[in-house]
Amino acid sequence: MPEMRILMAHMGKPDQCGIEGYERNGGYQAIRKAIPQIAPENLIELVKQSGLRGRGGAGFPTGMKWGFAPKDPALPKYLVCNCDESEPGTFKDRLLIEHDPHQLIEGMILASYAIGARYAFLYCRGEFFEGIVKLSAAVEQAKKRGFLGRNIFGSDFSLEIVVHPGAGAYIAGEETALLNSLEGYRATPRLKPPFPAVAGLYGKPTIINNVETLCNVVHIVNHGAEWFQKIGKQKNSGTKIFQVSGHIQRPGCYEFPLGIPLREVLDVAGGMFPGRKFKACYPGGSSCALLTERDLDLSMDFETLAARKSALGTASIIVMDDSADMVKVANRLMQFYQNESCGKCTPCREGTRWVVQILTRIEAGKGTIWDMEVIEKVCNNMEHNSFCPLAVGAAPPVVSACKEFKSEFEAYIRKNPNSEKLPEMPISYPYS
Amino acid sequence: MLSEKTKTAILELQKIYPEKRSALIPALHLAQAERGYLPRETQDEVAELFGIAPNEVNAVVTFYDMFFEEPVGKHIVHVCKNVSCMLRGADELLEKLCVKLRVAPGGGSTEDGEFTVIPSECLAACDKAPMMLVDDKVVGPVREDDLDRIVDQARKGTGHPSPVKKAEADHA
Repeated sequence: MPEMRILMAHMGKPDQCGIEGYERNGGYQAIRKAIPQIAPENLIELVKQSGLRGRGGAGFPTGMKWGFAPKDPALPKYLVCNCDESEPGTFKDRLLIEHDPHQLIEGMILASYAIGARYAFLYCRGEFFEGIVKLSAAVEQAKKRGFLGRNIFGSDFSLEIVVHPGAGAYIAGEETALLNSLEGYRATPRLKPPFPAVAGLYGKPTIINNVETLCNVVHIVNHGAEWFQKIGKQKNSGTKIFQVSGHIQRPGCYEFPLGIPLREVLDVAGGMFPGRKFKACYPGGSSCALLTERDLDLSMDFETLAARKSALGTASIIVMDDSADMVKVANRLMQFYQNESCGKCTPCREGTRWVVQILTRIEAGKGTIWDMEVIEKVCNNMEHNSFCPLAVGAAPPVVSACKEFKSEFEAYIRKNPNSEKLPEMPISYPYS
Repeated sequence: MLSEKTKTAILELQKIYPEKRSALIPALHLAQAERGYLPRETQDEVAELFGIAPNEVNAVVTFYDMFFEEPVGKHIVHVCKNVSCMLRGADELLEKLCVKLRVAPGGGSTEDGEFTVIPSECLAACDKAPMMLVDDKVVGPVREDDLDRIVDQARKGTGHPSPVKKAEADHA
């Protein structure tokens, strides 16, 4: 299947970042069409009908989420765009903001109009230096053209967009942690309920959407819900930007309708290196169970991957060929979750640390025959008892690696002549 | 002491938000852009501008990876160590870079204060793996032979940037 570029249609065109170029290429037509001709509740209905699901990983229906915002126009409401892209293997939002910032701004205007927000915040990962510059410039240009500010197109809808830089924390991508960060606190998650749509930023109703989700809204308004629904498959309408990285010939972003077989995405990305064989991949960023060769024909959609006990997540495919050392991969990933655990809850803070210590012991040839079982138990505890999704995502990549490639772990453990003796205290590991 | 210019800029930032504390992280970026890092006295000054306890600011500074409580090099090289980069040789690259710059294995600062090497988690540029963030520039895929050129080029730059200051400069 060839690529189907909708969000990425104008990638790489040098003029696309400027407002004239964006408009020349068909931009800012959706807001002209919608404001004020389409009533906000009808815009929500349109997005509901399109079947658009959130592209930040969870796949929650976007129109339904918007519908949760209270209708009372007197109540302050906020839109927050989550551009804190930090999931390992994920690099679609960076591409979207660096190559087509106005597409996102237009999507944010539409979403704010639909939910009745007067303020919208664009929480951008602090390390996205180029993206922040381009987004800030785009906001200024849109303001000058009257697409932002007071009484847009003579309507009573007014909107300010604030580009807000983060400061480096994976957990800030979790929506309630993002709100704390945006309020000027440590990015620790909040208890849900209340959900942000009821009590979010400053305790007010807040809708939080991913960059790619908001970009999709522009095209739904331009072409209609029916057009969007025809792309992809049932319950999985639209295209998705698949990001392929790791052991693959042409790593990059590729846009396809949802439901494309995994094998085809890998083929378009150039396939394996010469002489190498596909071994495994994480299909949706690192926070999901890995897939193996027998899964290559799976359809890349939310339901199919959930049924396989993995996840579509951010559709970030991290590919490993037969040269990959799964013990190292598992250890590196758990180190990531340990580094990024906010420390708020014990299962995550302690669990990630203990699993890293055990995996480091195994990798150093000091593992014991009990280690695999302990890893599974600790991961099980993390997955089911932690406060937020971080540790829920930390367990499957490691547990699935242990399960699918058990023999590799056992081979490491057999290197220890004393593997059947009670373990010594975990050795320290070279990562601070 | 923070300059009047930075203090004024911080007070301006506070006005952008419905609640001024939201400006704390951008404000710390600005303060760090002036001082190079965030010593306790600078944190206290920022706390005063926000009317909050110094520990509230310290809690934020210590949480986020982009804030430094100790001096760092003029240039910062983040070397991504996450899986996509690891699979393409990030560990070896980090090792080579540390040897080249004569910093401790696994990262650290050069004696002349020019460079700090920081092993980093995923920087969202896995298409360029193995990649590095050199000050504000994403570079990759990096081969060992590229390191000389990358280091030389960084040396010519103005140093590690702040997302806030840079955005302002580009507007002006």
